[in-house]
Amino acid sequence: MTTEASIADVGAVTAADAEAALLALSTPGPDGTRVLEFAVPDAYCAACISAIEDGLTGLPQVKSARVNLTNRRVRVGFAPALGTALSLEDAIRRSGYRTHALDPDTDSNRDPVLSELARAMAVAGFAAANIMLFSVSVWAGADAPTRNLFHWLSALIALPSIAYAGRPFFRSAFAALRVGRTNMDVPISIGVTLATGLSLYETAISGAHAYFDASTMLLFFLLVGRTLDHLMRQRARGAIANLARLAPRGATLIAADGGHAFVPLDQIAPGDQLLLRAGERVPVDCRVISGNGEVDAALVTGESLPLSVGPGSELTAGAVNLAGSLTVEAVRAAANSFLAQMTALMEAAENTRTRYRRIADRAAAIYAPTLHLTALLTFLGWGLLTGDWHNALINAVAVLIITCPCALALAVPMVQTVAASRLFRSGIMMRDGTALERAAQIGAVVFDKTGTLTVGAPLLNRQLMGEDALLQLAADLAAHSDHALSKALVRAVNWVEPVSGEVREVPGEGIEAVRTDGVWRLGSARFCGATVGEDDSSSRVYLAHDGQCVAAFAFSDRVRTDAAAAIAELRQAGLAVEMASGDAPGPVAEVARQLSIERFAARQSPADKLDRLVAGEAAGDKLMMVGDGINDAPALRAAFVSMAPSSASDIGRSAADFVFTNERLTSVPFTLDIARRAQRLVVENLGIAIVYNALALPLAITGHVTPLIAALAMSGSSILVVANAMRLNLGRDLVAAPDGRGAPAAARQPA
Amino acid sequence: MSGLLVLIPVALVLGLAALATFLWALRSGQYDDLKGAGERILQDDPKDPDHR
Repeated sequence: MTTEASIADVGAVTAADAEAALLALSTPGPDGTRVLEFAVPDAYCAACISAIEDGLTGLPQVKSARVNLTNRRVRVGFAPALGTALSLEDAIRRSGYRTHALDPDTDSNRDPVLSELARAMAVAGFAAANIMLFSVSVWAGADAPTRNLFHWLSALIALPSIAYAGRPFFRSAFAALRVGRTNMDVPISIGVTLATGLSLYETAISGAHAYFDASTMLLFFLLVGRTLDHLMRQRARGAIANLARLAPRGATLIAADGGHAFVPLDQIAPGDQLLLRAGERVPVDCRVISGNGEVDAALVTGESLPLSVGPGSELTAGAVNLAGSLTVEAVRAAANSFLAQMTALMEAAENTRTRYRRIADRAAAIYAPTLHLTALLTFLGWGLLTGDWHNALINAVAVLIITCPCALALAVPMVQTVAASRLFRSGIMMRDGTALERAAQIGAVVFDKTGTLTVGAPLLNRQLMGEDALLQLAADLAAHSDHALSKALVRAVNWVEPVSGEVREVPGEGIEAVRTDGVWRLGSARFCGATVGEDDSSSRVYLAHDGQCVAAFAFSDRVRTDAAAAIAELRQAGLAVEMASGDAPGPVAEVARQLSIERFAARQSPADKLDRLVAGEAAGDKLMMVGDGINDAPALRAAFVSMAPSSASDIGRSAADFVFTNERLTSVPFTLDIARRAQRLVVENLGIAIVYNALALPLAITGHVTPLIAALAMSGSSILVVANAMRLNLGRDLVAAPDGRGAPAAARQPA
Repeated sequence: MSGLLVLIPVALVLGLAALATFLWALRSGQYDDLKGAGERILQDDPKDPDHR
């Protein structure tokens, strides 16, 4: 197969393959239409909505298009018979927005848990407000018949509302009790049930005290906290799901008769011949049969510079083909590829987090038995001393109600919700509530190098030879190519001009321009006739004029601009910093020198990184891992807490506790600072709850608590706890990086 | 006392109406995109008449 023939071939099948891949993501809609969801991370205003929706509804096949600005997605219903799915994507791009289709399983438009919580909250709020209406009249001194009527009306509202709104708590409490554990929902459920039961009894015997208002108000407060918490977590998860999927969903199979077909990843068998175009990711571990090119393995091995490949080269799944089409032969099926091996390592490593118990649950484990014992003693004490068992029961239930851990149950989630929204505003997505608690305890941070401490893409380092003016010409030529080094050349100059004459790109080699003043070539040493001494030729680009090499440019990865600041902040916070990279010792030592990191290791395999974290764990150190690559994924999972940039591999992102989309490395110290402050607030809140109980409990035990006192005490302590949690909002937010790489999505104007 | 007999049902019915409205709004997806709803006010009249 000649190069020209394969390229012409490729153009014809690319569109069909991409269409098939896109249609595979759609879900069936009404009347035989299909529904696709696209992420539009840059949409932020009314003009964006109309631009995207008008662009889409102009197409004949589009039946409906609706932008959701909250989760930055657009949902399109279309008839495949009238037009392609690819043109939908094009229409959004033509409107000036970056976009990519989303997996149907990441669709979170209809979240059953959230709607259950919201409905329960509404019902509890309605019940609490209306019962309070009656309670206030009772407290104001209604006479006995009116009081009885109001108690009955309260019971009428309270019973169905509590049965409905209390379900999330009852379920969770029951699930915990069944496996022999207690959580915060156990004392809540017992308190609410007993208070309601007693109030019903009191109502039936025309008693003076009913606690319907306390139980519904308790449920309402707790549901507000839980709904906010859930909403925050859902927003963070949605934002992570909006990030473009990097791993390929399938590959182009070259059949025996030379035809091409798109096959899903899991149907690729060893020995299959695949076509790998420029810009595509290697789907499974494979070997090059024909074609020359370069691959970027930064996410796979941590090597920062592109590697040259030719027939016989082994490619690892996850690497990106930078230039030229390659015909490759699958060596392993997807289930045995590098990615799958990493997943296996990850699963083996996963135990530190499941062993972690939330502070709230640990508090409940001490609190609930103490509380229930106190109530029991109150009941027995009053019963045995006075012989009035009815009064004893009322006092025991008063103990349960007054200590019912409203403040305690809100103490932790409120702080976490405020912290999560604070982090979200700064472009840091928290995946898990316990991550914040864990982050507050770490003693050292382990960084990956490529893509984490560094930008992860080559940048023009210096011009090795030739006149300075030649850089401009080289950049003009480079503008005709998508190669990573060409892009770096273009970035190095202020503007590029079109090159006169005939320009063509030779895959895997470079660019050639035939002009009136001679033939110019930009590309590899071989292509430009340059002599190369060292073996790092892949980091260099040469410029030749009529076969004579006239200029050479060297490229290297660059340390992120705020890496030094981030590391200084971490040291200031008393944390040790180290670096573990899969890259060669030279570049690793160079970055370590620039950032004055004393502890570093180069040529680390994924298992080495994992071992480092497991060893740290065994020595009692709590480590944070910050990394982005596929090779970092096991370490990210094994670490006590972990963080990944949004540019990380899919597997890395899903293994990390925090994902930062602001492209700032100072997110790491910022997150740790928030985590430590949140921890302090949680402790303070628990303290408030305990002080409150210490004050209220004697009143309850001695039988001085009326429903009015219970209602006041409960609201008072809850408001105190919530107000204290709000203090986490003080201080400055992190602003997203201002430079081109990773400009904040919200601030980028549509083109 | 007789005033209460009128006012209490009225209060409860109004409360239930508010609850029902909230549940309806939730179900019909009006809380799905609060940010977008705020921005859509600024749009010109949509060409599509059944835009909600």
